[in-house]
Amino acid sequence: MAQPRAERLMNLHILLLGAKRFIGKDAIREACYADHPRNATGDEAFERAFERDKDALRQIGAVIEVGSADAFFDDEIGYRIPTEQTSLPEIRFESDEAAVLGLAAQVWQQATLAKATGRALAKLKGQGVEIDPSRLEVVAPAITADEPAFEPLWDAVGKRRQVSFPYQRASETEPTTRRVQPWGLARSSGRWYVVGFDVDRGAERVFRLSRIVGPVRASGRSGAYDVPPGTDVRAVARRLSPSFPSVRAEIRVRQGTGLGLRRRAESVAPIEERPGWDRVVVEGPVHEVSDDVLTYGADVVVEAPESLRDEVVSRLRAVAEGPR
Amino acid sequence: MSTQPGDTAPDQVARLLALVPYLLARGEVRLDDAAAHFGTDADQIERDLRLLFMTGVSPGLPGDLIEVDLEALEGDRIIRVDNADYLARPVRFSPAEATSLVVALRTMVEAAPEEARDVIERTLTKLEQAAGQDGEGLLRLHVTPTPLEASAVVPVLEAALAHGRQVEITYYVPSRDQESQRLVDPRGLARVEDLLYLDAWCHTAQGDRAFRVDRILSARELDTPVADPGARARDLTGGWFTDAETTTVTLRLAPPARWVVEYYQVTAQRPGPDGTIDVDLEVASEQWVQSLLLRLAPHATLLAPAHFADAFTAAARATLNLYEDDGVDLS
Repeated sequence: MAQPRAERLMNLHILLLGAKRFIGKDAIREACYADHPRNATGDEAFERAFERDKDALRQIGAVIEVGSADAFFDDEIGYRIPTEQTSLPEIRFESDEAAVLGLAAQVWQQATLAKATGRALAKLKGQGVEIDPSRLEVVAPAITADEPAFEPLWDAVGKRRQVSFPYQRASETEPTTRRVQPWGLARSSGRWYVVGFDVDRGAERVFRLSRIVGPVRASGRSGAYDVPPGTDVRAVARRLSPSFPSVRAEIRVRQGTGLGLRRRAESVAPIEERPGWDRVVVEGPVHEVSDDVLTYGADVVVEAPESLRDEVVSRLRAVAEGPR
Repeated sequence: MSTQPGDTAPDQVARLLALVPYLLARGEVRLDDAAAHFGTDADQIERDLRLLFMTGVSPGLPGDLIEVDLEALEGDRIIRVDNADYLARPVRFSPAEATSLVVALRTMVEAAPEEARDVIERTLTKLEQAAGQDGEGLLRLHVTPTPLEASAVVPVLEAALAHGRQVEITYYVPSRDQESQRLVDPRGLARVEDLLYLDAWCHTAQGDRAFRVDRILSARELDTPVADPGARARDLTGGWFTDAETTTVTLRLAPPARWVVEYYQVTAQRPGPDGTIDVDLEVASEQWVQSLLLRLAPHATLLAPAHFADAFTAAARATLNLYEDDGVDLS
C-alpha cells in the first residue's frame, strides 16, 4: 500500500527541519519517495510529487532553503528547513486580546481565507494561547467573496503568477481577454477589485471581479514578477476607479419625504419662509449626490452649489424634452 | 484512517504541527481537553495522532519514530507524545495565513464600536510584528467594510434563525421613502447576486415577504418563538416578486446606465441601437420605476408601457418647474 500523502509530508518536513547541511534530492527520494521506481515514469512522478509537496509545506509556513548539497561539486541541489526561520516567534496575548483573535475567526465567509485564518489561530493555540471569543461583546463583521474569480486570483497573488481572464467592461458589448500580473485584492463598497499590471497595456490597472465573466487561468512559473515596493492596493483601486470631486450640497426637501437623504444628512432644519420644506445639507461625490437628488423627483430641489443645480437641471431637461 | 471530505493532507499536517508543540509543553493531556483547546472533536485528534505515530526522523528505523502512547490514548484517553522535541515550536505563519488574520482584525477595527478599538489594535500590533517588518510577510489584501458588513443586523438575524424566534425590524422602503416597524418570523437568509435578503412571514403585512437586509435599519430578537417553526425558506434565486402583482417594463439603457443589469432582476435583454441595450424588468411599483429613471436621467429611456413614459416625463417637468419658481433660467 502506498503511504498516505500526509505521512509523506510529515516525514519530508521532519527530514529537512533543522538539517545542518542541505539534503540532496536523491537522499530525499530515498527517504520519503521510495514508492517511485527508478525509471523514466518513476522519475517524472517523483519530480511532480516533490514539487507539490514543497509547495504544500511552504503553504503551511515552512521556509525551504535551496543550496548545494555537495561541498565540492555544486551540481547537486539540496534542501533544508532552518528551524529558527521556520518557527513561530513566541507571542503573548492578554485574555481580552485572545478573545479578539477568536472573533477574527468569524470574519471571513470565503472558504480559503477562513481556512487560512483557522490555521493561523491553530498555531497560536499550539503555543498555548487560550482563545475564547465569548469574553468580548463585539460583533465581528462578515466579509464575503462570492465571485468565482476570487479564489484563483488570491492563489495567483500568493504565488505571483500571471493570469488571464475574459473581462466585460460596462461600456463594451463583448468581453475582452486581459493578461494581468496580480499584485493584490481590495474590497470597497461591497465589491472586490484586483489590482495589478496589465501586460498588454503596459500599465497598472484595476479590474472588478464581478465583471470577470469566465475562468481565471494562471500560466507560467511562480514568483514570475515582483510587486513594486510600497504598493498600496487600496490607494491604487481608489486612484484608478472612476471618481468625482466631492460636493457639499444645500438642498430643499419636502417634509415627510427624502428619508434616504435625511439619514445621511449633516443637518436638517425647517425653512421658515417655506412651510412644508426642510433645508438639508449632504456631502458626497457630485454624481452620487445628483443621482440621489434626482431619485426623489419633485420632492427635492438643489439650492447650492450652482454647479450641482445646473447639472440636475440639465439632466431633467434632457428627459422632459421628450425622447431624443 | 479515513479523513473528512475537504480535509486535505496538508490540512492534517498543518494541524499536527500545531498540536505537537502544545502536547510537548504539557507532557500529558486529556484527549477531550486537547479537542476543546483546538475547537475540534476528539476523533479528529485521535486520527491525527495515529498519523503522527507513523512518522519520525528516519522512516523505517523504529528507534527514531515519534512515540505516541496508544495504550494511554485508547484506554484512559490520555495523550503522551515523546521523541518529537524537534517539533516543539509551531511553524511560523505563511503569508496567506498572516494576511487573512491581520486583514480580519483590520476590518474589525474599522467596524468596531469606539470602546472595543483599543483591544483590537493591541492584538493587531502583536500580529503585525510577528508577520515581519513593514508587513513584508503579508500579501496585499484590503477591505473597507460596507455599513451592512459592519452592522449588527446580520448576526441578530442569524441568531434569531438559529433559535427559531421572532424578530422586530425597522425597514426602509425607498420606493415609498418610508421607515416602518415590522414583526416577522424569519425563515432564512439568501444571497442573490450582490444583495442579501431575509425571507420571512411578516405579521405586520400578514404575508410572505423578502426584505433586503441592507435596508433593515435595526433588528431585535424577541423571546417569542416563530409561529410555524417548520416553515422552510423559499427559493429566492428564481422568480422574485412571485407573490406580488408586477408589470413588465422595457428600458433602453445607454452605457452609463448599464449597471442596472447587474443590480436588478432583468428578465430579458437585447442589444439596441448605438451601443444601448434593451432590458425587461418585472416591477411591482410604478413609483419605483420613475425613481430609477430619474436617477438614470438622461441615460435610460422607457420603451413600454407608454403610460409610464408619459407619467415620467410629467414628473421631470414638475421638478423643473420648482427650479423655475426659484428663478433658475431654464431657457
